[in-house]
Amino acid sequence: MFKILKYSFSDLIRSRWSYVYFVFYLLLGFVLLFLNNNVSKAIITLLNVIIVLTPLIGTIFGVMYYYNSREFTELLLAQPLQRKQIFMGQYLGVAISLSLSLVLGLGIPFVMYGIFQSAAIFDFGLLIVVGAFLNFIFVAISYNIALSNENKIKGFGYAILMWLLLAVIYDGVFLISLVVLNDYPLDKMALFATMFNPIDLSRILILLKLDISALLGYTGAVFKDFFGTNLGLVISLCMLTLWVLLPVWRINMKIKKKDF
Amino acid sequence: MFYKSFIIALLFPLLSVASTIKVCKTCHQTTISSAIDLAQKGDTILIYKGTYKTHGLIIKKPLTIIGVDNPIIDGENKETIFTFKTDNFSVQNLTIINVGVSYTSDYSAILVYRSNHFLIINNTFKNVFFGLLIEKSHFGNIVNNIITSHAITESNSGNGIHLWHSSHMKIKGNKVSGLRDGIYFEFVKNSIISENISKNNVRYGLHFMFSNNNEYRNNTFENNGAGVAVMFSKHIKMYNNKFLYNWGTASYGLLLKEIYDAEIKNNTFQQNTIGLNIEGSTRINYTHNTFLRNGWAIKVRGACYQNIFKKNNFLYNAFDLSYNSNINSNLFENNFWSEYTGYDLDKNGIGDVPFRPVKLFSYIVNQTPETIVLLRSLFVDIINFSEKVSPVFTPDNLIDNTPLMKEIQ
Repeated sequence: MFKILKYSFSDLIRSRWSYVYFVFYLLLGFVLLFLNNNVSKAIITLLNVIIVLTPLIGTIFGVMYYYNSREFTELLLAQPLQRKQIFMGQYLGVAISLSLSLVLGLGIPFVMYGIFQSAAIFDFGLLIVVGAFLNFIFVAISYNIALSNENKIKGFGYAILMWLLLAVIYDGVFLISLVVLNDYPLDKMALFATMFNPIDLSRILILLKLDISALLGYTGAVFKDFFGTNLGLVISLCMLTLWVLLPVWRINMKIKKKDF
Repeated sequence: MFYKSFIIALLFPLLSVASTIKVCKTCHQTTISSAIDLAQKGDTILIYKGTYKTHGLIIKKPLTIIGVDNPIIDGENKETIFTFKTDNFSVQNLTIINVGVSYTSDYSAILVYRSNHFLIINNTFKNVFFGLLIEKSHFGNIVNNIITSHAITESNSGNGIHLWHSSHMKIKGNKVSGLRDGIYFEFVKNSIISENISKNNVRYGLHFMFSNNNEYRNNTFENNGAGVAVMFSKHIKMYNNKFLYNWGTASYGLLLKEIYDAEIKNNTFQQNTIGLNIEGSTRINYTHNTFLRNGWAIKVRGACYQNIFKKNNFLYNAFDLSYNSNINSNLFENNFWSEYTGYDLDKNGIGDVPFRPVKLFSYIVNQTPETIVLLRSLFVDIINFSEKVSPVFTPDNLIDNTPLMKEIQ
């Protein structure tokens, strides 16, 4: 598995897109910090970028890599190797290289700016961890989609739809249901609903760490009681881990039965 | 020689009327109460350095009480320390500490009752229940006092400067922190409150009710539990005040309720959860105020008519304006909005496209507060954009037709 991981990883590292992605984050980090001169504000802006862009790029990269490396995968399948090792190696290769672009791309400007001396170090750390989680989650989900669809166009379509669903439509339905059920106590439901969308969960997790959380009022207080504690943080990170593990488990189920 | 005798001749009538009584450990008078008993109308009592444990002093004749070398008057956490029931008195340079907490009486460091023309200046109050309690008094000056305490809950703490049924007061340059309400007025008229700093109080920095025709200038209200609340008053003027860092789930910079005909000018509202919360307030002019980085810059709760918002700066607030109805009779013009994205082709400094300060999301949050958890979600940005393009829910005429292109300095 590690050999395949290494191949996938070095393949991706050699490819231009990893660099583009890395340079994008690097520029973003520098621009935000040196135009803004305020770490906390930069983190709020980064939050917007990370919860929208990271899932999208993870999704597209995942699907693209699967379809692109199909011939190589078929070659590997002809070798005496376990299927699980091949696919897990590839999956980890993509996810790790994307996360590395994110961590290094944002980490370098922030470290140079002096994040270690700043009080915002914990917020920034959480932001990076959440960003990496989102990469792992969305690459896994898009791998699932690609595995289930031989047709590239269909696969891409579904992948984008999935991103749209979690990033936009879910929130829309969530919002409408909150408005419709206005007469009932909703904070528990809101709490519950955020748990089932990794993007919402990441957003809330970071939002509550920033001082903007006072805006959230009464509902925010309920959220803060939950997420603000260590237990809440552990539960949310477990939930994110679950969001990684479930699609990975399905990849493994799928490849066992799949006829290549 | 001539001059000396001239001066003595001038002072003589004064000296013959008023004498000076000294209080210290080695003086003739060693306690403040004996000095007060001895003093005649218009006398001066000098209290020298030392700690005086005393309380329940009642003063019924006009006196001047001056502290020399910072004497400390310790109330030993019992009742009210000084009670003045006389006109024309003054209290200067004292340090008054330890006023007891009571749930049935309002104990204070200095209680002034039915007095006119008095001066309370340069005193320090520490660990007090109420600092200054002024009742039914007029023409008083309260200047440069420092009042601190350690209030934790609203129920067992008092107010810093508490005025009731008074008028023509000047309250200037005081620093109040760690009490329930920093400055509290009820039925106070024609008074000027200026250059005070009120911060870290449990409830309000400034709180007034039924107090008409007052002027508030150059005060700073910072980091108070709930900010500043003003209610049921007419003809008030608020100029150059700062409302800062009132940040918490139920905090605001300034809450206006049932306020009529006020002028609110040149104030700064910075980093409050709600900068300005208005409810039932009519005919108020808001000009040249700056709203910087608040959660909500202005929250309009209802029954607010004929208010004018002109030449204000709205800078980087999460929501500039929140409105709970779709009827509007307030006027917004010539403001600078940092969110404004329009253009100015004729270069006259006024944007050619009107600005709509109410976002759809802020309207939804008003209807269903729980939806705030979707703050900064992509979906919210999308609906805000679509509402901006074609407004459906937000009031049609709630527009700044002449938004400025540049921040007002």
